[in-house]
Amino acid sequence: MQTRPLLHDLPRLALLSLAAFVVLAPYIWMVAVSVKPQDEVFRASLSLIPQKWALIENYGKVLRTIPIWTYIFNGLIVCFGILFFQIAFAVPAAFALAKLNFKGRELVFGFVMLGLLVPYQTTALPLYLGIHQLGLLNSYTALIAPFTCSVFAIFLFRQFFRAIPDDLINAARIDGMGEFSIVWRVIVPNALPAATAFAIFSVVAHWNDLFWPLIVIQKGDLYTPAMGILAFRSVEAGEDYGALMAAALLVTAPLVLAFLFAQRRFIEGITMTGLKG
Amino acid sequence: MADLAMTRSRVSGARLSGGRTMRSDAAVAWLLTLPAILAYLAMILLPLLAVLALAFTDYEFGARSFRWIGFGNFADMLTDRTFAASIRNTVVYCLFVAPLSIGIALGLAILIEAGARGRAFWRAVFFLPVVSLTVAMATAWQYLLHPSIGPVNALLRMVGAGTPNWLGSSDWVIVSLGFIGVWENVGFNLVLFLAGLTAIPRELYAASEIDGARSGWSKFWLVTWPMLGPTMLFVIIITMTRSIRVFDTVQTLTQGGPNNASEVLLRTIYQEGFHYFKFGYSAAITLVFLVIVLGLMLIQTRMIDRRVHYG
Repeated sequence: MQTRPLLHDLPRLALLSLAAFVVLAPYIWMVAVSVKPQDEVFRASLSLIPQKWALIENYGKVLRTIPIWTYIFNGLIVCFGILFFQIAFAVPAAFALAKLNFKGRELVFGFVMLGLLVPYQTTALPLYLGIHQLGLLNSYTALIAPFTCSVFAIFLFRQFFRAIPDDLINAARIDGMGEFSIVWRVIVPNALPAATAFAIFSVVAHWNDLFWPLIVIQKGDLYTPAMGILAFRSVEAGEDYGALMAAALLVTAPLVLAFLFAQRRFIEGITMTGLKG
Repeated sequence: MADLAMTRSRVSGARLSGGRTMRSDAAVAWLLTLPAILAYLAMILLPLLAVLALAFTDYEFGARSFRWIGFGNFADMLTDRTFAASIRNTVVYCLFVAPLSIGIALGLAILIEAGARGRAFWRAVFFLPVVSLTVAMATAWQYLLHPSIGPVNALLRMVGAGTPNWLGSSDWVIVSLGFIGVWENVGFNLVLFLAGLTAIPRELYAASEIDGARSGWSKFWLVTWPMLGPTMLFVIIITMTRSIRVFDTVQTLTQGGPNNASEVLLRTIYQEGFHYFKFGYSAAITLVFLVIVLGLMLIQTRMIDRRVHYG
């Protein structure tokens, strides 16, 4: 692709910049409002730079009124807890489906395909009943357990494992490795790109999820970041947009920063797994 | 690569017991799949069957007993005004979000593809909403769209246009939520289109020029559009299945209001089930939701079977 002279490229760049501005607008104002004092917010001016900085005031109010670090910590526990089980369950199953011959393989794979068609919100009511029955509402288990079997992960890893040459696996077998150590020592290192892509997809999905945490969590100290914002909005902040934007910024920042550092991997991961959004 | 793995496995093989007898593949395979199968049964298959059953009962959470009422719940839906509003709003929302987010994404993808400057930058900017916490970003939009102190209306006041109550009036609320939905989905579709555009062989454009397609416009209709067919279909279905699941923005910003004007399917399921505890009814609505999602996927597989392969 040849680079056109800048002058000819200007209309294109202008259009893209305009669209980029609309996309970035909520981020720009989020940052701006989070350092503005309340009276300036209510003056409804278009200016972004505050006349009087209220950074300490706004962020201080967030840190005083809600345990935002606890929410972020909960978010991390839940995301990585889910990811751990998803990988631990999906990788061996995917290996068996991709590389081992056994009766019933087609059936198992058929169920995987069936699972791909079902949005997770469909199973919320019975899962709630079961978790309630076990007395596990308001627990990390309630947040993590329903997502431990990712049919998408099984499907994705199976596709990926099929491309790994059989010779590699047979060589390991001849060397005396058992199937379990083949999975974790030979297959997984070779499937790292797929695993990274899936990890990003999974973490983004569960960090942002609101539907399920809203159902199983009522206690404030187990709130996920999304729920924390919702609670802060309704109870503490009301129309205090300065503090609200400060809180919003704090919980959005971790993933956005991670994205900015590894954009290519994020984009690959999320769109490759976009089969199931 | 293979050498590397083999040395590695030889080293570890030495540590393992050497003389492994040939076990049957089946036993190992079932052992490897067992954890996934158990989790699948407990978290997906049984709950799915339970939802199917619940939908035909009048079960309420906490009740001691329930009755089988056949299609009673589905009959109730026909006269339920909240459900009617929910279906209507969800359809309007999807029909707003899908064409706009697809059209804008395609336009931007072509613009990005047309030059070399800042490709990674543009892609990252437009993709940002996909990785951002929806609840937090919805809050930012609420400020931007605030009727009296929001910058959007401040701008409209400056140019002397009307200043609607974006999220507070029943005329505008679905449009406003739809706009946020477009904002959320454009980046995702854009990346899919960029991949589709890069896959089109350059020679086709050269060939179309020989055939007399001089302008960018005619090249688009002659080459880009037909070559993007499969991508387009995939993007349409994925955007529909994503937007039919709208929940976070509605729950954060309007809670279905004002006056049910932004009630959507997932929120109705949530509300009937976990607010009114009418599990039977909520399960029935869940089935409607599931049937719509399955319908969309069926269309996709049907069309993929039939689609013409170019290139």
